[in-house]
Amino acid sequence: MVKFTGTDLVCYRGERTVFQGLTFGLGGGEAVMLRGANGSGKSSLLRLMAGLGRPLSGVIGWQGQSIADDPEAHNARLHYIGHHDPVKPVLTVAENLGFWAALRSPKEDTNAVMAALERLGIGHLAGVPGRFLSAGQKRRVNLARVLASSADLWLLDEPQTALDKAAEHSFFDAIAEHRSNGGMVVMSSHADKNLADAMEIDLGKFQQEARSGGAATGTKQEVQA
Amino acid sequence: MTGFMLILRRDLHLAMRQGMDSLMVVMFFVIAVVLFPFGVGPESNILARIAPGVIWVAALLAAMLSLERLFQTDYEDGSLELLALQPIALEITVMAKVVAHWLTTGLPLIVAAPLLAVLMNLPDEGFVILIVALVLGTPTLSLIGAIGAALILGSRRGGILLSLLVLPLYIPVLIFGVSAVDAVISGFEAKAQLLILGGIFFAALPLCPWVGAAALRQALD
Repeated sequence: MVKFTGTDLVCYRGERTVFQGLTFGLGGGEAVMLRGANGSGKSSLLRLMAGLGRPLSGVIGWQGQSIADDPEAHNARLHYIGHHDPVKPVLTVAENLGFWAALRSPKEDTNAVMAALERLGIGHLAGVPGRFLSAGQKRRVNLARVLASSADLWLLDEPQTALDKAAEHSFFDAIAEHRSNGGMVVMSSHADKNLADAMEIDLGKFQQEARSGGAATGTKQEVQA
Repeated sequence: MTGFMLILRRDLHLAMRQGMDSLMVVMFFVIAVVLFPFGVGPESNILARIAPGVIWVAALLAAMLSLERLFQTDYEDGSLELLALQPIALEITVMAKVVAHWLTTGLPLIVAAPLLAVLMNLPDEGFVILIVALVLGTPTLSLIGAIGAALILGSRRGGILLSLLVLPLYIPVLIFGVSAVDAVISGFEAKAQLLILGGIFFAALPLCPWVGAAALRQALD
């Protein structure tokens, strides 16, 4: 059953139409890979899916209801990995993750945090302050945040950045397990490695339509009006 | 534990680990006030006359000084984005951060104020009312400041922009805060001024987190 949908989405940023006419549908256990050149709107689409931005037109829905109607309910069912790794330098790795995990589940679950850290091979760093971590270790901490509490929908913006092979492998394992439990994944990536039987959205296509003449100016006028 | 308490606890935790930030605000407050006897001269009656105003203006500037970092660090390292994606209303998140800001800057200012009042030769009867007025006024400063701190996200020279945005809005708090102390020193009651300060606070309490959250959504879009 298709749960997470986007209908005829138009994304408009920095006085240009990034993409338009984009439609997707995602059911339990399914995954989407976002492909496209730099600036083709992969991150923008993921931010729209997360509800951090609003599409110029079109609707993103969860089981038929627009996510804009109840942002907090949508937040509760998604995990988002962006370009930054929000690891506070003065807090230890366990404290950093404990905070995010506790925001999602009423009772604090240190076991889940530790299990997530172990899974990504950084269990030994639990007591280390964030300022001593390398870029790759920070990324692992950020990914462990996703594993430490459950959510149906994972929105991953180039999650492999700065990861080594071993960590990438364990994270892909975690994605596979998430999907086998009925979870959904939307992931942007430039790497060749693909998720197993994932759909693919090539944002380049939607971009070219947008650039060809009248359509783009039409949307611009809508903004001004 | 509720989301509000978790965020509040985290911000206090962060402030404690980076203890210098809070301390510097208080130091700024002290030094700014101490400059006045040097500038104006040591005549005690003149100092006593200007004491309430000087202390309030310095407190205002000190509170503003620390506002820039209210959302800035979280914005830069991506935490703010994630906070906005938690199953908690963004208004509650803003409120928790405002309370943390007041506890780490407003409260230390109130503690330091009596010391500075002695230095400025404030008449004895003005001490209690100064504290009461600061207790009512400084939370409003944090609340209004949150709007400014959210609006400057992503801009360069945010600190200067912040003062231009926020200081004009601080004027009512300043006027009634100072006039409450002046009234008591001159032998009148300060009930009216305190009621107005309280009124401003209760108006800002629901309004500012709401506007601040809207400004944050704008910054994150």
